[in-house]
Amino acid sequence: MSSEMIFAVTGVLLFAIGAAGTILLAEPLRRVLAFNIMGSGACVVLVSLAQRNGIADPVPQAMVLTGIVVAVAATGVALALARRLNRLTGDGGSGAGAGHD
Amino acid sequence: MPAMIEVFALVGVFTVPLLWAALAFLLGPGRGAWLAISGSIVQLFLALILARNVLADGPASHATGGWGAPLGIDLYADGLTAAMLLLTQVVALPIFVYARSYFATGSPAARHFWPLAGFLVAGMNALYLANDIFNLYVTLEIVGLAAVALIAAGGAATQVAAALRYLFAALLGSGAYLLGVALIYGTYGSVSIATLTPLIDATAPRAVSIAALLMFAGLMLKSALFPFHFWLPAAHGDAPAPVSALLSALVVKAAIYLCLRLWLGPFAPLVQVGAWVPGLLGAGAILWGSAMAIRTPRLKLLVAYSTVAQLGYLFLAFPLLTPGAAVLGAVTLQAIAHGLAKAAMFAAAGIIIHSTGRDTVAEVAGVAERLPLTLFAFALAGVSLMGLPPSGGFLAKWLLLDAALNSGHWAIVAVIIAGGLLAAVYVFRVVRLAFLNLPKELVEDQKHAGRPVPRTLEWMAFGLAAASVLLGLFSFQLLQLIAVGNLP
Amino acid sequence: MSANEFLPLAVIASSLLPGLIIFVLPERYLALRTTLNLLGATAKIVFIAILLAGVQAGESYGFRHAIAPGIELVFKADALSLLFITLSAVLWLLTTFYAIGYLENAPHRSRFFGFFSLCVTATMGIAMAGNLFTFFVFYELLTLSTFPLVAHRGTSDAKRGATVYLAYTLIGGACLLTGIVWMNSLAANSEFVHGGFAAAIGSGNETALRIIFVLLIIGVGVKAALVPLHGWLPKAMVAPAPVSALLHAVAVVKAGAFGVVRIVDEVYGAEFAQSLGLLLPLAIVAAVTILWGSLRALAQDELKKRLAYSTVSQVSYIVLGIAMFGPLGTIGGLVHLVHQGVMKITLFFCAGNYAETLGIHKISEMDGVGRRMPATTAAFSIGALGMMGAPLTAGAISKAWLVDGASAAGMEWAIWVLTASSLLNAAYFLPILWRAWFRPPTGSWPEELIARRKWHETAWLLLLPPLITGVLTVALGLFPDAAISPLTWARFIADAEYLTLPK
Repeated sequence: MSSEMIFAVTGVLLFAIGAAGTILLAEPLRRVLAFNIMGSGACVVLVSLAQRNGIADPVPQAMVLTGIVVAVAATGVALALARRLNRLTGDGGSGAGAGHD
Repeated sequence: MPAMIEVFALVGVFTVPLLWAALAFLLGPGRGAWLAISGSIVQLFLALILARNVLADGPASHATGGWGAPLGIDLYADGLTAAMLLLTQVVALPIFVYARSYFATGSPAARHFWPLAGFLVAGMNALYLANDIFNLYVTLEIVGLAAVALIAAGGAATQVAAALRYLFAALLGSGAYLLGVALIYGTYGSVSIATLTPLIDATAPRAVSIAALLMFAGLMLKSALFPFHFWLPAAHGDAPAPVSALLSALVVKAAIYLCLRLWLGPFAPLVQVGAWVPGLLGAGAILWGSAMAIRTPRLKLLVAYSTVAQLGYLFLAFPLLTPGAAVLGAVTLQAIAHGLAKAAMFAAAGIIIHSTGRDTVAEVAGVAERLPLTLFAFALAGVSLMGLPPSGGFLAKWLLLDAALNSGHWAIVAVIIAGGLLAAVYVFRVVRLAFLNLPKELVEDQKHAGRPVPRTLEWMAFGLAAASVLLGLFSFQLLQLIAVGNLP
Repeated sequence: MSANEFLPLAVIASSLLPGLIIFVLPERYLALRTTLNLLGATAKIVFIAILLAGVQAGESYGFRHAIAPGIELVFKADALSLLFITLSAVLWLLTTFYAIGYLENAPHRSRFFGFFSLCVTATMGIAMAGNLFTFFVFYELLTLSTFPLVAHRGTSDAKRGATVYLAYTLIGGACLLTGIVWMNSLAANSEFVHGGFAAAIGSGNETALRIIFVLLIIGVGVKAALVPLHGWLPKAMVAPAPVSALLHAVAVVKAGAFGVVRIVDEVYGAEFAQSLGLLLPLAIVAAVTILWGSLRALAQDELKKRLAYSTVSQVSYIVLGIAMFGPLGTIGGLVHLVHQGVMKITLFFCAGNYAETLGIHKISEMDGVGRRMPATTAAFSIGALGMMGAPLTAGAISKAWLVDGASAAGMEWAIWVLTASSLLNAAYFLPILWRAWFRPPTGSWPEELIARRKWHETAWLLLLPPLITGVLTVALGLFPDAAISPLTWARFIADAEYLTLPK
């Protein structure tokens, strides 16, 4: 398997793991991490598949940079909301009771 | 000169809101409201100019900064785009006027509403103008984040929880979409819709089909298609009324617009085999959403479930969509009519709740005496949702039925008719309470109880409702507009 | 816009504009509201008089507005429209007077008169609809504007009655919509035309056209109270008397019957419908309704409910007339549309008078009321005699034409049905008249709300309308061949539908 395919497959695997985590996990913090892994996976796929003709293609790399910025913004919002919810309800939004971290 | 105005309209319609959103953030809620309203008037103007140009001269486009695709960002406006831009500005302006009176001065919701609403509108306008799938991802994210923040802006625990759930659903959806973009780029080396559409045909490699699947799945999640709608009722039902109005009327339409673009554009050769899926899910949405709306005791939740049901109509029509079909006009008209009617309905519900302090359907009987205009607005909006003449919803329903009958899709006909009757059940659940006579003692109490409601709120709700009804009589040019660039 | 285009719109505007203004008027502006109502009603009659003269002279009036590519809102004031419009406008004027008297000091009058005007607007639109699309638009508008009128009193009974009404009419509307859209997809143009347009697309589409016919008839049959779609009518009696008068003489049931006329004569065409075998089942449904309505009327003690079932029965005379193949039956049906309207509104006005003056709602309370309220009871008697088809009344004329039409169409069994119905009508009206005139009063009335002053038995506004319509009933019976009578007009209409017309 060529190097770009290894990267691509890894990216897809990361995406799948991250997606599963976002859906299945209960605690907001872990879901944020899962979503970040998912986003990273998509970015890896984007960069790796664009190497096909042997020369690095700058366009997907620019797109990935944009994607990272978006992910950071989304992570920020998610963390702020999770923290606010924790303060309001004491259980971090996962329903697991107070004092859990 | 005309070309300059067109470019100015294309660019201005999303930079103006960015500008006033930033200023609103810096200058505070008092001035923020005025900035928003004046900015929206300018945007409405620009959208009208753009619509007129598109109708007269065909699709408009502009390469920002002089850098065209595939390196730069192209702005492209055909009839569908122009129509959606009009919808966005026409709904946003009255809702902003409404919000100005609705939010008590100094509340946290008021402080954050204006900048966030500005970013929301900027994101949506940019989304409608985008012409490559990656730019669509970026604008979709902007819209999603702004919407999430708006829901949580009130600060209450239920709102924050609903916002958080919406955020994860939205991120999941856009993550899937991004992977789809990655696969497409990997196969074809371009993200421009104009380039991709001729390239993709029935012999496209498997990766493209997977990409299509991922992208549609992600978009369906973001547009709350049954059974991916779980985040919507709480998000729209718990948010403050102006936010609910913006969300139900406009934000979900953005994701559906994307579905339409991809379905009729790049992925057109691939989707016919799976066309029945959105149709089936749309039918499920109509039936399930209506059933929940009929049963819930809470007023805003009723309106939110109604959104789930009404969005089902839009997806129900997907099996009828083929490039160049006139059904696109019907679907867009349905989206526009629903946007106006739903905004009116949430505005009316907000007034009722503001007056009585409680969010139940039964409260409506108590306020009917004091707020006749509000209830009339609710009823008019309901007429459009039920698809009764002479409203925009009726015209859209007629066109959809016509298309379904012409292509022999009897099941779709049955579901549309059933959906209209179910909508009547939950609309009249509320409206008939307006005619119930309270005992005389309670009437006098009611006249003095409850918080006073500024007239502006009622007139905005009524205006939106009247617009959704008048749409049924005056949509000839709108339908012509939508056809520009989409019919051969 | 030419005068010919302006007039149909003016007819609609003459009740729409006052209605919209009345909605926003506060309750206490009594004089202004009354002026607006009467101004609108009078203006409408003026416009209609111009239209009548014009149509008789052969002018054509119409208006078009494009809604979407391929969909047009079409208004057309032809002879058939004017039959219905004139009936509606004249009776609206009388009912407005009656309603002002009836609702004196009642709450929510602005809301009432606003929706009242909208209801009449919708009726005008139905009458002047030039294609199925326009017909449907105003048909559903009628549903929406009559719901608040039925629910007006605000009691839980009113709520229930209104809900039942809504359920029936919305489901009927759904069937109608399906039929209309289907028909539109088969025929390029669904404009009403004498002789119908379905024959042009008939070959190869027979089954579809039959199913569409059933859907369309179900849709209009709900409002026309065809059995088994009539269940809403007795329940809608919770509405105030002016509403019952309007619903049962003018707006809703006649709109349904009018729909049947348009569908049979101007969508399918009588000859084509006969060739598809659709007219006989329709006639049978009408006959069943006639008998069933009369039988149920016998069992009712509440006056308004008895009148309601009588309406169920009588409106199907119109449907039966249309379903008889041949010009005579059509004329009979059309003329009965007008005559039944005038007679039934008399009866409902009187029923309202009894309730408002003496608190009488049941027939068993009506002993000796003829002595207390002779003028009202006289009007009631004329209306009842007309229903029975007694000579010198309008009812006799329509019955005569229907019987002639039945024998001309070879449907002798229909004559038996009509005779049986007249006997049943006598069976449930004569006892009322007997009680009212010939039994002594049983002590005090349930609730004397309006006291008697010499020969002034009740309020003028309540008394004059039924007297006027009573006199009209007799006049229509005595002068059927006058230049402007409904009979002459009906013959004028049937002339265009069938190519030969016996004298």
